[in-house]
Amino acid sequence: MKKKKSKQPLILKKLGDNVLKQIDKGKNPNIIVPIRALSNVIYNEKTKTLELGNKTAARYFFNVAHAKKFLQTIEVASILKKELLDTDKHEHLRGVFYMAKRTIPETDINLVDDQVESDKIIEDLEVITGLSREELHVSANKMGSMVGKLTVVDSGDKIDCSRLGKGGYSIPSITDELKFKKVNARYVLYMEKAAIFERLNEDKFWLKNNCILVTSQGQTTRGIRRLLQRLADEEKLPIYVLCDADVYGAYIYSVVKYGSIALAHAAERLTIPSVKYVGITMDDVVKYDLKKQIIKLDDKDLARIKQVSQYDWFKNNKDWQRQFKLMKELNGKVEIQALATKGISFISEKYLPEKIKNKEFLD
Amino acid sequence: MVTIAEELAKKQREISISEFFLKNRHLLGFDNPTRALMMVVKEAVDNSLDATTEMKVLPEIKIELKQVTEDRFIVIVEDNGPGIVRQQIPNIFGKLLYGSKFHSLRQNRGQQGIGISAAVLYSQLTTGKSTKIYSRVGPKKAAHYFELQIDTQKNDPNVLKDQEIDWDKDHGTKIEIEIEGRYLKGKQSVDEYIKETAIVNPHATFIYISPEKEKLVYERVTEELPVETKEIKPHPYGIELGHLIRMLQDTRANTISGFLQSDFSRIGQQTAKGICSKADLKAEEKPKKLDGRQIEALFKSLQETKIMAPPGDCLSPIKAELLEKGLKKEINADFYVTSTRPLAVYRGMPFQIEVGISFGGEIEKESQIRLMRFANRVPLLYQQGACAITEAVTDMNWKPYGLQQSGNNLPTGPAIILVHIASVWVPFTNEAKEAIAHYDEIIKEMKLALQECGRKLSIYIHKHIRAAEQRDKINLFEKYIPELASALSNLTNNKRDPIQERLQKILKKELPTLEAENGAIEEDESVQNIKEQEGNKKIKNEKKEKQTTLNTKKIRR
Repeated sequence: MKKKKSKQPLILKKLGDNVLKQIDKGKNPNIIVPIRALSNVIYNEKTKTLELGNKTAARYFFNVAHAKKFLQTIEVASILKKELLDTDKHEHLRGVFYMAKRTIPETDINLVDDQVESDKIIEDLEVITGLSREELHVSANKMGSMVGKLTVVDSGDKIDCSRLGKGGYSIPSITDELKFKKVNARYVLYMEKAAIFERLNEDKFWLKNNCILVTSQGQTTRGIRRLLQRLADEEKLPIYVLCDADVYGAYIYSVVKYGSIALAHAAERLTIPSVKYVGITMDDVVKYDLKKQIIKLDDKDLARIKQVSQYDWFKNNKDWQRQFKLMKELNGKVEIQALATKGISFISEKYLPEKIKNKEFLD
Repeated sequence: MVTIAEELAKKQREISISEFFLKNRHLLGFDNPTRALMMVVKEAVDNSLDATTEMKVLPEIKIELKQVTEDRFIVIVEDNGPGIVRQQIPNIFGKLLYGSKFHSLRQNRGQQGIGISAAVLYSQLTTGKSTKIYSRVGPKKAAHYFELQIDTQKNDPNVLKDQEIDWDKDHGTKIEIEIEGRYLKGKQSVDEYIKETAIVNPHATFIYISPEKEKLVYERVTEELPVETKEIKPHPYGIELGHLIRMLQDTRANTISGFLQSDFSRIGQQTAKGICSKADLKAEEKPKKLDGRQIEALFKSLQETKIMAPPGDCLSPIKAELLEKGLKKEINADFYVTSTRPLAVYRGMPFQIEVGISFGGEIEKESQIRLMRFANRVPLLYQQGACAITEAVTDMNWKPYGLQQSGNNLPTGPAIILVHIASVWVPFTNEAKEAIAHYDEIIKEMKLALQECGRKLSIYIHKHIRAAEQRDKINLFEKYIPELASALSNLTNNKRDPIQERLQKILKKELPTLEAENGAIEEDESVQNIKEQEGNKKIKNEKKEKQTTLNTKKIRR
């Protein structure tokens, strides 16, 4: 661990040295940045993960369109090295934004105007250096909770996740250094909706079914993806995903399983090819008679279905192509909460135990 | 028993035009004290400019506003025109609808002869004072001084003083009117009216003494007098049936053929013959004897016969070159472009459109452009929203011409757009004469003139403004360099200054490449955009025209 840490500042310094070399030669300096877009994302059938291709773009300083981004890249790199890595401190994305945000003297131009800009630069630095954001000591907002029969050692504190009341354990942004102890569960259930997490926690679902519950708000953060991956790899627990039956739920599942386009470079550390989708599905709509709960698709939904269903990692997946087809045929989508019409605890007492027992999963 | 009709008859009587004005002064533009002050100045100055044009002297007009109390002003306007003969003074100033202009088709500032007497009436109404007039027709004649009011019942002048006086002026007219008013600055002020008048009358000198006793002199920039205009007869195209009936009744000609030749412009013997035969009329028929069906046939035949466009010598445009001089002397801008369209016709009336655009310099950058509207060299300061000029400007897409625009609003940017219509009969929407009526022919001509100027403007903007923006961006490198040097020095633990020096050297080397990168492409694109847009509009116009012809056909059936 320690060896690796001392390497990171050096990698960043190398980026600067490289630019300096070009300047010494009197050249217009450039930085080579791998392209992070669908056009440069490859789905690897063998490993079942998304990978970044080898297309790159050169970012020049003396170019009206590139100059500011070039400056931002070097500035953020120097902040990360000097303020965080050299002093062994961590900072949030928001904090890095404020460290970089200032007005360039004699102009009315801010070095960065918006956190989106600095976030993008940090992602760029990840692909340029091959270091993850976590390795660069940058964290994101905490956005998830966990309950269940396990103990987590977080910065030396032992936390029993079965004794944390309604809120559960608040998952930190960086989960690489957590340690797991006394894991006594058969599987992990991950859900996109905190409301469902609260329902299941109140029903003590994890106690009755001997499992771990994890939630985020909407998109799965890296910290949670890394946590799930480690629970799958290190504790050999099956991971099940619970989402709305719509194209966005499908995409959330695919991000956990295969990785995302924006973070294709970090797929190796974040994806869990063995993950399974438990629900809810369009078939459940028929099986549990939820037709009245269907929400009509709008043009945006339809366009997104068309787009997602053509992604390489969905293209040959029969289960999911069938789901997309059903969505279009029924012209609708269904939320997890729709199950509440069958009774408030229907989901924890009947739906989930049945589906998991019968192994009714989508791959 | 007295019938209701008889009861009513007792109350029915002729309303004098003066009484009508009393109750409807807003129709003439005297609806609030601020506007009234401007209107009085305007009516007096319009008369002075018309008079000096008639005499072919270079106008020198002195305008003075004296504040008597908070809401009371004396307006003094003095010109070097031909003066007015003694007998006519009371009628011109003391009788509404008296004038030489109403019956003629000729480009003039005033049209109905309401203006100056309305000002006299307004003065009398709000202050009870009489209007004072000085006039002299030549150095050998005596100068006359009048004080008069208007008898509103009879619409007749009421002369209170009529005497000979000593006046140090060879010829000219001076009027002193005391009115209730309010003096404000801004877009609809007396100051603005005088400034705009100076722009479109580059041959005139104005001396203006404001209520704050500030003296402003607007010097003439040309000795060239506007071309003298000729009176013309109506042109057959677009004349209305009712008008034709009246003309047939009023004519002195004894035959239809004679009537057509003498009472219309551009009809000769041959054409008259053709028109008659097409209408199935004998050329020798007496005009007053035509029945309804025959008149209708004549009307139709007039519209369908090919007749030359009306003569252009009835109009006196400012002319592009002089308009540019006028703009340059009153507006401090970086770029000026002007355009005068050829003569066009609406409803048989010849008209001509001129446009001028000033850009950059001291013109305000961040707000909507200023629109200056003129009719026969008179600024139109009110009712901008109701005016055809505004429609022509807002209906264009200004983006390809280099100005910002959101929706169908006035474009935004450091520009002043001036539109002038010269016509023997300007179609105003009402008697306050502040907005042009929406005739398709007029709007089309305006757009063509705006596009002509717009194309030149766009070339200027793309060359100069984009180049300046580009320079700004390149200048930014000088500001970025120290930043990059510091960041690199922090990142690599090298000294900052040598990095900065080297970067500056590279900048010098790269500069030509950086400057060449833009400009050319953008200009090409803008010209392309304009072509596309104007092409589309043409198609749209054609479609519109087709539709209107279809509609008229339907109505005719």
